[in-house]
Amino acid sequence: MELTQSRPPAAASGPDKFDSVCAILERYSYQPAKLIPILQAVQNEYRYLPEGVMTYVATALKVPPARVFGVATFYTYFALEPKGKHVLRLCDGTACHVKQSIPILEALRRHLGLDEKNKTTPDMLFTLDTVACLGACGLAPVLMVDDVVHSRMTPAAAVKLVDKIRTREQSAN
Amino acid sequence: MQATTELPAKSAAAGVPPSAARRVIVCSGTGCKANGSEQVYAAFTEAIAAAGLPVVTEFKHEGHEGAVRVTKSGCQGVCSQAPLVTLLPEKILYMRVTPDDVAEIVRETLGAGRVVERLLYRTPVEDKACRGPEQIPFLNRQTHVVLRDVGYLDPENLKEYISLGGYEAARKAFTAMTPEQLCAEISKSGLRGRGGGGFPTGRKWEAARVQPGPKKYVICNADEGDPGAFMNCSVMEGNPHSVIEGLMIAARAIGADEAYVYIRAEYPLAVKRMRQAVTDAENAGFLGDNVFGSGLRVHCELKEGAGAFVCGEETAMIASIEGQRGMPRPKPPFPAQSGLWGKPTIINNVETLAQVTRIIRDGADVFRRVGTATAPGTKTFSLTGHVANTGLIEVPFGTTLGEVVFNIGGGVTDDSGKVTKDCFKAVQIGGPSGGCLTKDHVNLPLDYDSLRGVGAMVGSGGLVVMNQRTCIVSIARFFMDFTQRESCGKCVLCREGTKQMLVLLDNILEGRADETTLPLLEKLAVAVQKGSLCGLGKTAPNPVLSTLRYFRAEYEAHIFAKKCPTGRCKALVKWVIDEEKCKGCTACVKVCPVNAISGEKKKPHRIDSAKCIKCGECVNTCKFAAVVQGA
Ligand SMILES: Cc1cc2nc3c(=O)[nH]c(=O)nc-3n(C[C@H](O)[C@H](O)[C@H](O)COP(=O)(O)O)c2cc1C
Ligand code: SF4
Ligand code: FES
Repeated sequence: MELTQSRPPAAASGPDKFDSVCAILERYSYQPAKLIPILQAVQNEYRYLPEGVMTYVATALKVPPARVFGVATFYTYFALEPKGKHVLRLCDGTACHVKQSIPILEALRRHLGLDEKNKTTPDMLFTLDTVACLGACGLAPVLMVDDVVHSRMTPAAAVKLVDKIRTREQSAN
Repeated sequence: MQATTELPAKSAAAGVPPSAARRVIVCSGTGCKANGSEQVYAAFTEAIAAAGLPVVTEFKHEGHEGAVRVTKSGCQGVCSQAPLVTLLPEKILYMRVTPDDVAEIVRETLGAGRVVERLLYRTPVEDKACRGPEQIPFLNRQTHVVLRDVGYLDPENLKEYISLGGYEAARKAFTAMTPEQLCAEISKSGLRGRGGGGFPTGRKWEAARVQPGPKKYVICNADEGDPGAFMNCSVMEGNPHSVIEGLMIAARAIGADEAYVYIRAEYPLAVKRMRQAVTDAENAGFLGDNVFGSGLRVHCELKEGAGAFVCGEETAMIASIEGQRGMPRPKPPFPAQSGLWGKPTIINNVETLAQVTRIIRDGADVFRRVGTATAPGTKTFSLTGHVANTGLIEVPFGTTLGEVVFNIGGGVTDDSGKVTKDCFKAVQIGGPSGGCLTKDHVNLPLDYDSLRGVGAMVGSGGLVVMNQRTCIVSIARFFMDFTQRESCGKCVLCREGTKQMLVLLDNILEGRADETTLPLLEKLAVAVQKGSLCGLGKTAPNPVLSTLRYFRAEYEAHIFAKKCPTGRCKALVKWVIDEEKCKGCTACVKVCPVNAISGEKKKPHRIDSAKCIKCGECVNTCKFAAVVQGA
């Protein structure tokens, strides 16, 4: 669940391509039973599961690649595509839903030019996802930006938050 | 409080030891952290030092002579008013505290012993100020057992947990009780699983105890998948050791030497605190190769979930721990016979285990003093939605729905958050497997049997209150959308049936339904119930069936009149301005995001239906209720 916003997206290429994967595999003693924590650690490193890395993990654990792909596609935690630099996770649990989380989702999608299928902006700055309950239902509706929870959101406030991040990013460049 | 006076375990504030030690407790649950409680904590340590008072943040047994101790805690309950700060020994609770308020609190309350009135809780209707937990109806009408020390205790401090009697129960279990005695004591308590099923815990343990060893496992189910429930999260954030201790007792009772905590990864703070609690318990020698000198070993490992609701189901969870896709398998064999790696395994919910700790510490009789004959003890609920006091609550089984919603919850609110008479529509209980309750059920006692009788269930304990402006059909759709996405895909009727039910519900909501839709929906619901292997599929139709039972007319309005009575269904609504009521104040013109409203000042306005995106902003803004549903 670590959102590694400060680290630049690790490219799945170059000489150290599999170094960190090897370290992770080492840490879990190449046990196939630890496949899920291994993939979680890999995703924390790369911010998604590149195909080549999954095949590499399968070979290293001596399991068929289908087993690794099967697990990676079963759990929503795993992303098979790179995520944006900032991950917006809008809660659509029951409490947030009855407190009108959907208008916030629509406003953010409209503002970022995203839809149900396209979750990441072309400039790779934002990924917008929904999540079922972040454990702050008393303060619904809730939006998690990277690892910070923002409570009692409104469509306007959410859009403003996104603009603030964008401005910060632009002035940093 | 009446119901609880004879109990040793009372509300959070009453559980506080009677020491005169001065203490500032800053809530650092997920909700309060989201509202800046970390900064408030920092501001307190600085401001107290600046005022010349000695500050300690560590726990000391002998007290801390005159110093003010500043600590963090788990959820203090009134999440809607976050961030919260409790002051001891005065038992004052301050709400919505910002770093800017801290200097005043230090000067007035710590320095001069005066209460800062403006930071107190105010009752939603009478607007009466309440000094602290003992005066706030939301808190003093509850009975805290598993939540007793949550909100007081420093969750990251093992020493403090021990000072409150922590790990005494585990010590007793390992050094003074046999597995038979432990199973018997839990059976005698009548404890039923808090994870949803309500299965008697003692019976489950006994079934695993009599299995041949030597290898057995215990698992704590901390996957809390019900979207909109956070009780388990709060218990782990606020008192993680009470869960670990219960897990150790379970291990002793069945003869297991390995324990797992399968925890939902979307709860980063709970994960962090549980992980620290396990490490601290290991370092203290409680967990390890020689538990309390008994010669027995118990090791505990944390497993983070990877976002699949179905993994809350026992056999799916076992598959997930084994590194597989989390797909349920048929029972029998039950996990108690053949579970993790084919060995006898028991799985218990977080709250069940926290209750176990208290039962072994205080005895089964104390536990049974509240609750009902068939459902003894207390249950935590997360009270959310359109209710004045949202937050974590704990009440005895058998407490009525009305007591929870109106007395503890403070009443049902309209969309602006104001408590309004007669706007109560329904309560959804038990999440995606549960059902709804209506104003006819205000006197219904909340327990397993009465709820089953009206087509709902206790489930995990999510209580979502809904006001009259909530479209009940779209709520049923919300849950169906959730379950059809979470279906693991093994059973055809669960995988395809839930999808088709969703299509039918969308037809209703978008005006495509006709007289064949409801009969088909009901037929399909029964088929999905019958043709599914696990609880997910078996219970997926419940929200639809239960809302149909109580709100059939609302479904029919969508289908036959093509109207949503609440005006929330975009496909069916057409907003127009009532020219008689419109004063031409232009407020709606300003909020419309697509400039669909026109008209001169002080003259009736018009909505251009070609431009209107039906967002309803104008409806919410108009002070004269002039925006109405058109024909
Ligand atoms: C689809 C599904 C999801 C479940 N989710 C949870 C959950 O999140 N937490 C939980 O404690 N039990 C959950 N359960 C119930 C567990 O399977 C199991 O009954 C429970 O953990 C047993 O513990 P208890 O006896 O202490 O309640 C779920 C069951 C199903 C069928
Ligand atoms: S009922 Fe649904 S979730 Fe359960 S095993 Fe069958 S397909 Fe999977
Ligand atoms: S439903 Fe949104 S935080 Fe729980």
